[in-house]
Amino acid sequence: MILDGKCPKGPIQTSWDRHRFDLKLVNPANKRKYKILVVGTGLAGGAAAASLGELGYNVEAFCYQDSARRAHSIAAQGGINAAKNYPNDGDSIYRLFYDTIKGGDFRAREADVWRLAQVSNNIIDQCVAQGVPFARDYAGYLDNRSFGGAQVSRTFYARGQTGQQLLLGAYSALSRQVKAGSVKLFQRTEMLDLVVVDGEAKGITVRDLVTGEIRTHVGDAVVLATGGYVNVFYLSTNAMGCSVTATWRAHKKGAFFANPCYTQIHPTCIPQSGEHQSKLTLMSESLRNDGRCWAPKKKGDNRPPNEIPEEDRDYYLERKYPSFGNLAPRDIASRAAKEQCDEGRGVGPGGRGVNLDFADSIKRLGEDTIRARYGNLFEMYEKITDENAYKVPMRMYPAPHYSMGGLWVDYNCESNVPGLFVLGEANFSVHGANRLGASALMQGLADGYFVIPYTIANYLAKTKPGAVKADNPECKKSIEDIKAQTNKFLSINGKKTVSEFHRELGKIMWENVGMARSEESLKDALKKIPVLREEFWKNVKVTGKGEELNQQLENAGRVADFLEFAELMSKDALHRNESCGGHFRVEHQMPDGEARRNDEDYCYAAAWEFKGVGNEPELHKEPLTFENVHLAVRSYK
Amino acid sequence: MSAHTSNTMTITLHVWRQAGPNAPGKLEQYEAKNVSPDQSFLEMLDEVNEDLIKAGKDPIAFDHDCREGICGMCSSVINGVPHGGQVRTTACQLHMRTFKDGDAIYIEPWRAKAFPIIKDLIVDRNALERITQAGGYTSCHTGGVPDGNAILVPKPDADYAMDAAECIGCGACVAACPNGSAMLYTSAKVAQLAVLPQGKAEAAERVCAMVDAMQENGFGNCSNHYECQAACPKGISVKFIAKLNREYQKALFK
Amino acid sequence: MRIFNSTVGRKLLMSISGQLLIIFVLIHLAGNSTIYFGWINAYAEHLHSMPPVVWVFRAIMLAIVGTHICYGVLLTLENKAANPTNYAVKRQLKASFASENMIWTGLLLAAFIVYHLLQFTAKMTPDVAWTSNQAVVDVFKMVVTSFSNAGIVVVYALAMVMLFLHLSHGIPSFLQTMGWNNDKTIPVYGTAGKVISAFLMLAYISIPATILVGLLKL
Repeated sequence: MILDGKCPKGPIQTSWDRHRFDLKLVNPANKRKYKILVVGTGLAGGAAAASLGELGYNVEAFCYQDSARRAHSIAAQGGINAAKNYPNDGDSIYRLFYDTIKGGDFRAREADVWRLAQVSNNIIDQCVAQGVPFARDYAGYLDNRSFGGAQVSRTFYARGQTGQQLLLGAYSALSRQVKAGSVKLFQRTEMLDLVVVDGEAKGITVRDLVTGEIRTHVGDAVVLATGGYVNVFYLSTNAMGCSVTATWRAHKKGAFFANPCYTQIHPTCIPQSGEHQSKLTLMSESLRNDGRCWAPKKKGDNRPPNEIPEEDRDYYLERKYPSFGNLAPRDIASRAAKEQCDEGRGVGPGGRGVNLDFADSIKRLGEDTIRARYGNLFEMYEKITDENAYKVPMRMYPAPHYSMGGLWVDYNCESNVPGLFVLGEANFSVHGANRLGASALMQGLADGYFVIPYTIANYLAKTKPGAVKADNPECKKSIEDIKAQTNKFLSINGKKTVSEFHRELGKIMWENVGMARSEESLKDALKKIPVLREEFWKNVKVTGKGEELNQQLENAGRVADFLEFAELMSKDALHRNESCGGHFRVEHQMPDGEARRNDEDYCYAAAWEFKGVGNEPELHKEPLTFENVHLAVRSYK
Repeated sequence: MSAHTSNTMTITLHVWRQAGPNAPGKLEQYEAKNVSPDQSFLEMLDEVNEDLIKAGKDPIAFDHDCREGICGMCSSVINGVPHGGQVRTTACQLHMRTFKDGDAIYIEPWRAKAFPIIKDLIVDRNALERITQAGGYTSCHTGGVPDGNAILVPKPDADYAMDAAECIGCGACVAACPNGSAMLYTSAKVAQLAVLPQGKAEAAERVCAMVDAMQENGFGNCSNHYECQAACPKGISVKFIAKLNREYQKALFK
Repeated sequence: MRIFNSTVGRKLLMSISGQLLIIFVLIHLAGNSTIYFGWINAYAEHLHSMPPVVWVFRAIMLAIVGTHICYGVLLTLENKAANPTNYAVKRQLKASFASENMIWTGLLLAAFIVYHLLQFTAKMTPDVAWTSNQAVVDVFKMVVTSFSNAGIVVVYALAMVMLFLHLSHGIPSFLQTMGWNNDKTIPVYGTAGKVISAFLMLAYISIPATILVGLLKL
């Protein structure tokens, strides 16, 4: 099937405005009759729930954490992009649009990206009005910093905790709606199934993580804003609870999963210290503004970094990409780091690390300036590694960080299942094959504040409110299915823990479907994953009961989904026989090691339809057309 | 399991185990073996749990999520101090290198009337949510706001607001407070929004509503022990409590 | 009324009544110090020359002390209720013996004030029984006679230790509650609280101590 993204035709500059006019509206008096279920309370979900509640819809919002404020958007450090052009350095909506399309290696939809760039400015205004304490200069104006993949300073920031501050802004707006009674919050509640009635999304089945109760919530539309899936690698920068579960279960109910192979490996994370490790910690990309990446020129150079003289250091990013230097996009910087280590020139335990050196900047600006800019990051680095990065270079290694792929959605953020809307990292829409730094926060808030409030009305206006009741047979069936799965987990009583399976899966994925993929490695993964999955269902051990707070049971469900999803991800990576952005197939590279795209055969979004566990999924293509940016080889030299 | 078998430690844990909100609880003793100094505190607990699961026992339930010190989910009183007492450090960022081989560690949940225990080390912190819902926001609508640079914010004010806004809402201040008071949490939000021009319009209503909500939700009264600041993993200053007090006085005469 | 019901309002009442009491403590110290200059009888006479003023003053003081005690007890009971369970292990990082025992030092001071009033104002304790047949009481003689008793001096000294503990937390605390505080003043107030309350304690103890060791006699 050829998918249609339903993008507005005509000049892109006015596409969103025209489209907004064409969308149907819901009468203010009727809005409260519609119930919208919003799953996830990060930037996208929190902003959506707050905005929809404010409009007068009857909103129920769900998160698995004990508070909406704890969604993992909170961990984003560096900043948020907007085309304000405050520094007068040549930025514009068009330039942000162009940079994002190019940064995504020409694998995103033009219209979606244009809209994102257009509303980016509203986001900053919105957050300022909420009391987000963005960095200001001494005159009181908003300050900007530079970020990877752009030659203008367009990133707004709040120290090293921009995600936290933006999320707290959305959370405060959400709290205001909770008080007003328009939003009902369900914390410690995890979505485990999508209820589809007559082909449309009309509810979700959840598990109350405190009491273990499994119940269905019905509504007139479902909004998923449940984040990404890079915990499929086990070790990632995501929070421990981040999972593919909500989107995967929606996928199993008919929603197409698009481009699952597009995963972002972030170049600057603290290297792994041992087998015990449960997660990896990211150090903001903004550090590359003042830190210089280097590796020793000689193999196995074990001297302490400060004793390696200048002539024995290889500032590889500056050497390879003179015009972007240390601010090369993430996929490129990650692969370059891996390259240094693969050549045996890595530093630290196991040689899996490169230096990020601030000595020059400290000499130029003084330690106080560096402390003011990144103090909390240096502090965090010291807590984890016990090293003082003001004195010795940080050691960095790439780590899975973000998933560009996600559920397929059209221009309205609506999936192929009518009534199911997907926002933020959970959808696939704007980042193509690689996301630029400071763009995730932008997308989450754009979708939540400025897209879904308009587009959801277009769907709701065509439906009768409250059409599906909780006693619908689909709801009952869904509850029974989830109960059966819970009982299955508890009855296996095998020998291996859930974490052990997750760790094993992570290893398979990192080695075979990680930063560099080949036909051979992908086929190997596709052989190993089903075997591991089969073992999981025979040999997993989950203690306790279903009717209580049971963290093992929660994890078991998430890992079970990763074990199915991993196969799709590998299949997508195998099918995409080209390199683009974060998807790097070793068979397809330029002589200098850059990704080689194949626009002739792969200039499309690959949306997969679920056909049963272990069965071949069906591929649907949405062709990507570029009318405003010309397909070109992405170069940051 | 550990890669650092050379200098691993053995630690005795005394962990609060409580099956449910109304069940009796008690400290149980566990042995954490082969603990690597590079391990985080929660990773050490992970491994203890792995052993418990394999032995068919109920693992220790504890809250955690981001494991990078920002989500505010982790919440354990470690050796008598919320988050363990390392300056500006959450439990998830605490590393085992701060302990010695043979150490005994007491791990307990947050204790306060406003934070009922759900299970083991997990408590219900909804009372904090209700304080924020009472007024921890500016009543701006989505859209229809002025340009971000339309109202200037002097840098010292922006920095002051940011210092307050760093609160991660973990509740360590309440757990540390001999009075179970949430003044630091409440004051951080009040002060952030009171100093910014965007929040000034509602400053009086906000401080009254949030203080009332704090009281109604079972938190105690602040008596200026400053235990909260000392335990706060973000080092939020009690100067914000002074700010709240000033704001409250202004509101009294409105 | 918010100020009487809310947690911050009532703290404000504690703070303001506490400040007034500190002012009283200072004035009282100044008045008592006249004993060193031989003026105490004149001072006492002067005070009692205007009975209506004295009674109005006493009523105000009673109201202030009453407010301070009532809210102190009430807030403490609420605080205990808000933190009912104890940690098996608890390490205080900042709270002190003084800050944690405000209620006890306060109540002991209240008991002491009752005793002090019974003794030197109502003249009902045995040591001052001899004043009952005097038309005009020689205050200097009364004080010196009573403080020649080591037991009484010990009671006064202990009470002043309570005063020290109470004010070493009370002084920085009332400043904070009034909102007159920031990062720079927090440590300064902490030190100032200790220094001022130590001075008050020593200054007050000096009178009975001087008498007891015989430096001040009839």
